[in-house]
Amino acid sequence: MIAAILRWLDERLHLDDLIAPFRHKTVPVHRLTYWYFFGGITLFLFGVQVITGILLLLYYNAGANEAFESVQYIMTKVRYGWLIRSIHSWSANLMILTAFAHMFSVLFLKAYRKPRELTWVSGMLLLFLVMGFGFSGYLLPWNTLAFFATKVGTAMVGQVPIVGQPMMIFLRGGPQVTGATLIRFFGFHVAVLPGLVVVLISIHLFLVQRLGMSVPPKIEAEWVENPSARREMKFFPNFLLREMMAWYVAIGVLGALAAIFPWNLGVKADPFGSAPAGIKPEWYFLFMYQTLKVIPSKVWFVDGEVLGIVGCGLAGLLWLLLPFFDSEPPSRPKRWITGLAIFALMYVAGMSAYGFLAK
Amino acid sequence: MASLRNKFRLLRAARTAGLAGVIVLGACLGYGQTTNSCLDCHSAMPDPLGVTQEKFSQDIHAQKGLTCTSCHGGDASSYDPTVSMGAKAGFKGKIDRKQVPQLCAGCHSNPTYMKQYDPGLRTDQLDQYHTSVHGKRLAAGDSKVAVCVDCHSVHDIRPPSDPRSTVNPVNIATTCSRCHSDAAYMKPYGIPTDQFAKYNTSVHYQAMMVSGDLSAPTCTTCHGNHGAVPPGVDKVQNVCANCHVFQAQMYEKSSHKAAFDALGLPGCVVCHSNHGIHMPSDAMLGTGPQGVCMRCHQPGDRCDQARVKIQSGLMQLDGAITQADQTLSVAEASGMDVSEARLAQSQARDQLIKARVTIHTYQASLVDQDVQAGLKIAAKDEQAGKDAMVERNQRRIGLGICLIAIAIMLAGLWLFIRKIER
Repeated sequence: MIAAILRWLDERLHLDDLIAPFRHKTVPVHRLTYWYFFGGITLFLFGVQVITGILLLLYYNAGANEAFESVQYIMTKVRYGWLIRSIHSWSANLMILTAFAHMFSVLFLKAYRKPRELTWVSGMLLLFLVMGFGFSGYLLPWNTLAFFATKVGTAMVGQVPIVGQPMMIFLRGGPQVTGATLIRFFGFHVAVLPGLVVVLISIHLFLVQRLGMSVPPKIEAEWVENPSARREMKFFPNFLLREMMAWYVAIGVLGALAAIFPWNLGVKADPFGSAPAGIKPEWYFLFMYQTLKVIPSKVWFVDGEVLGIVGCGLAGLLWLLLPFFDSEPPSRPKRWITGLAIFALMYVAGMSAYGFLAK
Repeated sequence: MASLRNKFRLLRAARTAGLAGVIVLGACLGYGQTTNSCLDCHSAMPDPLGVTQEKFSQDIHAQKGLTCTSCHGGDASSYDPTVSMGAKAGFKGKIDRKQVPQLCAGCHSNPTYMKQYDPGLRTDQLDQYHTSVHGKRLAAGDSKVAVCVDCHSVHDIRPPSDPRSTVNPVNIATTCSRCHSDAAYMKPYGIPTDQFAKYNTSVHYQAMMVSGDLSAPTCTTCHGNHGAVPPGVDKVQNVCANCHVFQAQMYEKSSHKAAFDALGLPGCVVCHSNHGIHMPSDAMLGTGPQGVCMRCHQPGDRCDQARVKIQSGLMQLDGAITQADQTLSVAEASGMDVSEARLAQSQARDQLIKARVTIHTYQASLVDQDVQAGLKIAAKDEQAGKDAMVERNQRRIGLGICLIAIAIMLAGLWLFIRKIER
């Protein structure tokens, strides 16, 4: 039956031509192949986000007076609402985690080098957008922690020289975090960011498809020395089936987290209340937050916070352009980038741990 | 004789030179400011005549533009003592304690004058004072009793809203205790001196000093301030009723009211005491050391039976609320949302408070109505907690089934991969 339908479609649309590149696509097999799965897992989790997000939209009401109550309704009254919301929240966190893992794996395996610079740039932009998803989505339940985290986060944007204040007003929809901010963040979260992400994912996947999978230079050298050691597997179905196994594991992990640790709703935001003691941002912003905390209030004559924010921005920009400092595949790869990657990983992990433990 | 005269002349010259020095120094220090010869000299004097500029500047009167001469008369613009403190300038010198209330009332009982500073300020303090024990005793010639300056201080009088004021709510008890806790000072009056010590153990003190509730009762709340009197035996419930309205209304209609009146017992104080009022507890209805009912009632009588019923009802509701709280906490710790039941728990607590207030009707049936209403809510909340736990378990069972299904899928995929790669 299915075969008949496929044949019917193929006769009209020539689907075989479309699928052909996937049939020919291969994935290198070596001791580090498992790192290739992280991109696919991140994509899968994005799919989970889209589906659960659409389901949440059926009941969610954006507005300072309704948002919290609507999420509470989803958590307590809507059939399996707790599961959908918990999966959406856990999946968001796991997606950011796997996106970071994917980014660092690409960095350590040197997959960003020529000709894959644009793949890296599109991937980095996707990572920034994913963090934007996290930041905008965090406010939507309109609880105390989200309210003050947004207040602090948007105030940091306001510290950027020259464009900071207008940007902050634009983000907040006014000088303060109010219901207008919630509506705006909701718009970013469900319309602007998804649109941008879909375009960038398309570009990213096209580039991956076009350029094929990168082989780490060390393994490439081993294969050049010993051509018989070169091994590959077909993307379809061999790699995809393995990828599907990873997706099943991800579903299992998400289900377990949602059932055992349903995502907490907290207390409704009170714009006139005081910020809870020891308030911290979500874990993926913690390293930046802690960096800003440890910078003295004045460094020479420059305001410490401004210095930190501008520094973080510049670091992000340099990270985005990293492949352009190391784009000569025949020559020996630049070691300082590996050193920088190790330092960055240790810095992010160390500062996050410090931020988590600090009072 | 001439040498003696010369010696006196020398002494007079030295005194004049010294005084001139003080005046010149004072004039130099005060250059550019309004002349106040009183402070220039008195700031250099020891107590009790010493008043520094720093101290007087804290005084509300100084801040409103009044000076030493406003109370003491005299001429502050002259550095000649014979002029500044002369009879011609109306100098009054140290105000006699008996004259203090009248002196203060010169302004404070004048509504027209006081309006310019604070239209809302009362001007009946002197009239009130005349009705007080302090005022009556002062009129009878007892100058030991409190006059205005004993409570409000002198030369650094601050408004009551200032936390440093001696009559700010947080300081009133300490101010009263300066005399009322002094056993030697109070000996001639034959009244107890343990009020302050007892008050410091009371629930009212806790509310005022620990919780920072400035509306909590302190001495003047019950005794009045300018018209301070001990509330009479028959007036005690009226004093307490100012805050504890419902309890007082219930007491007024209760059988205890007539009985206490007949026995000359002072209402609320009989069970709750006065200065050392502790947080009431259900143990007050018991037969232990905190129990109060059995001080008058006999074991097994009709009232004792009602007491047992009331106490057991309250304990039952208290226990049910605690039990529901525990169940809800366990559910919350498992990540379940029981916010609705948590909200309802506050209603159950309200019922418990209501039941404890209804005790003042001394009717077990009325207390039981409140208890039953509270028990109903607590039972519902307890059930909500249990339901949440059942759902939690169902979720985990569902998870287990899903994980098994996923494991089977993974195994199937793995076998399929192996098959196609063989």
